[in-house]
Amino acid sequence: MSGETAAVERLFREEYGRLIAALVRRFGDIDIAEEAAGEALVTALEKWPESGVPPNPGGWLTTTAGNRAIDRIRREKQRDAKHQAAFMQHDDTPHEPTGPVEDDRLRLLFTCCHPALAPEARIALTLRLLGGLTVAEIARAFLVPETTMAQRITRAKKKIKAAKVPYRVPAAADLPERLSGVLAVLFLVFNEGYLATGDGDPVRSELTGEAVRLTRILRGLLPDEPEVTGLLGLLVLTEARREARVRNGQLVPLHEQDRAGWDHALVAEGHDLVRQCLRRNRPGRYQILAAINAVHTDAPSAADTDWSQVVALYDQLTRLDPSPIVALNRAVAVAELDGPDVALSTIERLPLTGYHAWHAARAELLRRLGRSVEAKEAYDAAIAATQNTAESAYLSRKRGELV
Amino acid sequence: MAHYLLSVHGPAETSEFGGYGSKEEMEEAFARTDVFNEKLRTEGYWVFAGGLEAASTATVVDGRGETPVMTDGPYLETKEVIGGFWVVDAPDLDVALELAAEGSRACGGKVEVRPFGGVG
Repeated sequence: MSGETAAVERLFREEYGRLIAALVRRFGDIDIAEEAAGEALVTALEKWPESGVPPNPGGWLTTTAGNRAIDRIRREKQRDAKHQAAFMQHDDTPHEPTGPVEDDRLRLLFTCCHPALAPEARIALTLRLLGGLTVAEIARAFLVPETTMAQRITRAKKKIKAAKVPYRVPAAADLPERLSGVLAVLFLVFNEGYLATGDGDPVRSELTGEAVRLTRILRGLLPDEPEVTGLLGLLVLTEARREARVRNGQLVPLHEQDRAGWDHALVAEGHDLVRQCLRRNRPGRYQILAAINAVHTDAPSAADTDWSQVVALYDQLTRLDPSPIVALNRAVAVAELDGPDVALSTIERLPLTGYHAWHAARAELLRRLGRSVEAKEAYDAAIAATQNTAESAYLSRKRGELV
Repeated sequence: MAHYLLSVHGPAETSEFGGYGSKEEMEEAFARTDVFNEKLRTEGYWVFAGGLEAASTATVVDGRGETPVMTDGPYLETKEVIGGFWVVDAPDLDVALELAAEGSRACGGKVEVRPFGGVG
């Protein structure tokens, strides 16, 4: 029985984004959509274990939830004439799919990632409404109390309603900028999963997996946007190394990873996505990051890495995004080509003293240069700055190895 | 359609040219704002707009007691005050934000966009 319940809940979770998006489009109200979806789940949990899962569970859920929403609206219409006027304005026509770009989920994704919402609210709403994560799950993933996360989401939903944030795919002129906001949210969700903060699991696969899943959906909806393809490539090539990246609670850096432990299906998929980007030849930040990851995952061993290619890609990235973080990552690659001293002199100049990766990179270079005393201090600073348990464990080991 | 308040925020302390550096700057901003206002009218967004006198000309009235109490000066002593505003009628927030960006460019101040309450 509990197995059946879990199966229904899994199906529900998979269908959730589509379901909510269709209901929001039809009824123009997120709360009504969520409530109706919840009621449809309750009905499914009652009926499916006995009568079996219907042939089109998504369609069944959408119809059931739609009926529940109409029931609720009728009840409220009778109760409150003022509400009636409000509901009459909403688009009550059944949704007709009119092409990939018109998908309801895409509209809802742009609503959730709207620049008028606070950045942390964008992430939470996206995971809640499109990912189908519960408020409790999102709160746990971001290490905030459930009531705080609930308030954050409620406040954002209120603003969407009161300020009329549209459910609409932005016009072509605004699409690149708005799309980059959506991609940033998906990338942040992934990163929080990949280098999780706090005392819990160092990697939260539910977040990385969700970010990959949502980016895959976005790619299906916008197959001609090279940055979407680039982000998906970047995420799958990073996700492919997830299992090999932590051993006994310690972070395993790329050059020490067991490459046989990578997910080679994901690597192949990522390489294919990068090739598609290259053919399109409209490079962007995520595509270049994906290409860098393709170079790394293409090498049979760390020693075989084509570092000149990596540095060339970072040069290209620097032209698009001349930020100190890009300069730091470039310098780490330069160390492999031109030696640690060259890289160190670059790194020393970067204004990143609050960033754990800056201290970690500096510590590593100082260690390689045999400057043990300074390396120890740098490792200490990196340990103090990181919020990830596996990275902290790794840095402590490296520090301990110094004599 | 919904009504939005687009309020222009600027420094409380201003020179003789309002919040602007010179007479020319002020006149240019006024001219740009006139053009923007005209656009709001012709495109059907216009509800109302106006510039406000300095915050120091404000009076606060508290009518909650038996006799109203008047206090000279603005309700909050802040460095930034509302210098003027538009009320526009727009289909959604994206349109309101676009108008606000245009209005901000025209008048040379930061603009806060806030929806009016109630159905609409």
